[in-house]
Amino acid sequence: MPGKGVIAAVILLTVLMSGLEGHAQFSNPAEAPLKATRVPQAELVEPAELAHMLKANGAERPVLFQVGSYVMFQQAHIPGSGYAGPGSQATGLVLLEKMAAPLPKNQLIVIYCGCCPWHRCPNIGPAYKKLHDLGFTNVKALYLAKDFGDDWVAKGYPVEKGE
Amino acid sequence: MCSLLFCAGNFIAQGQRGEMLHKTAPEFVRADLSGRSIDLKAYRGKVVLLNFWATWCASCQVELPRFGAWQRDYGAQGLEIIAVSMDDDATPVRALARRLQLNFPVLMGDAKLGTQYGGVLGLPVTFLIDRNGVIVRKIKGATNLTKMKSQVKELLVN
Repeated sequence: MPGKGVIAAVILLTVLMSGLEGHAQFSNPAEAPLKATRVPQAELVEPAELAHMLKANGAERPVLFQVGSYVMFQQAHIPGSGYAGPGSQATGLVLLEKMAAPLPKNQLIVIYCGCCPWHRCPNIGPAYKKLHDLGFTNVKALYLAKDFGDDWVAKGYPVEKGE
Repeated sequence: MCSLLFCAGNFIAQGQRGEMLHKTAPEFVRADLSGRSIDLKAYRGKVVLLNFWATWCASCQVELPRFGAWQRDYGAQGLEIIAVSMDDDATPVRALARRLQLNFPVLMGDAKLGTQYGGVLGLPVTFLIDRNGVIVRKIKGATNLTKMKSQVKELLVN
């Protein structure tokens, strides 16, 4: 029979590991994730759900920011979305802050990238954290499992190109 | 007449569904990082591995050194690798190409070139182009490089 100390250590290790993998939950913006895989599950939006949300008007309609590569944005992006710079770079986060500055803190904002598979995306996590750090309380991330091409464009959701 | 929205989406959606396959690879002429002009048409008769990548793409950085080895091993049999960076800025591309000592041309891509190839909307993407200039495979995402190498070798013997 393992002792109480061993059981406590196993429980502690399990709790720590659960924070390393999957979609963590957090309440303090300072703890917001830097990796896309750490964005809380509850704050992910599936493509079909976002496509439905885009049909709404007024306050229900989210503000969309693409937080990835500009070359990709020029090829195709979600209509109405603004280019907010790559979240993985300091210049991108500065642009994101500038783009978000006029918005009320409770504005529904959806960020997306899709440059790479979700677990490899370098941009979503830092952009998500930045918006949290700025005090935005209603930030969602579009969950693109493979990339923007496969999970949005190829599925026939609306796109536009250009600047 | 179609709207800009619909036309752009329709064309790129076709590209995303793999409709570039078995068609002549779109031609382009661009300068590589050393200033040398790369004209895809001039590569007819060669097997071309056209790779779209970026410095921020982790999987791409695994592939590039392997492509360098293939260029060295199969160049004499007619393999030509061309790497197109989809970075927004050439500075990190030059630095990485230097660090990896890439032995094949690296050129900067843009939205126009990406759109020509059906939309490069996720990286890496590799097109295998046969000796007749026809796209025979489009390989997206982190891939099995052993399998890709077999596909390249198959094209080289045909």
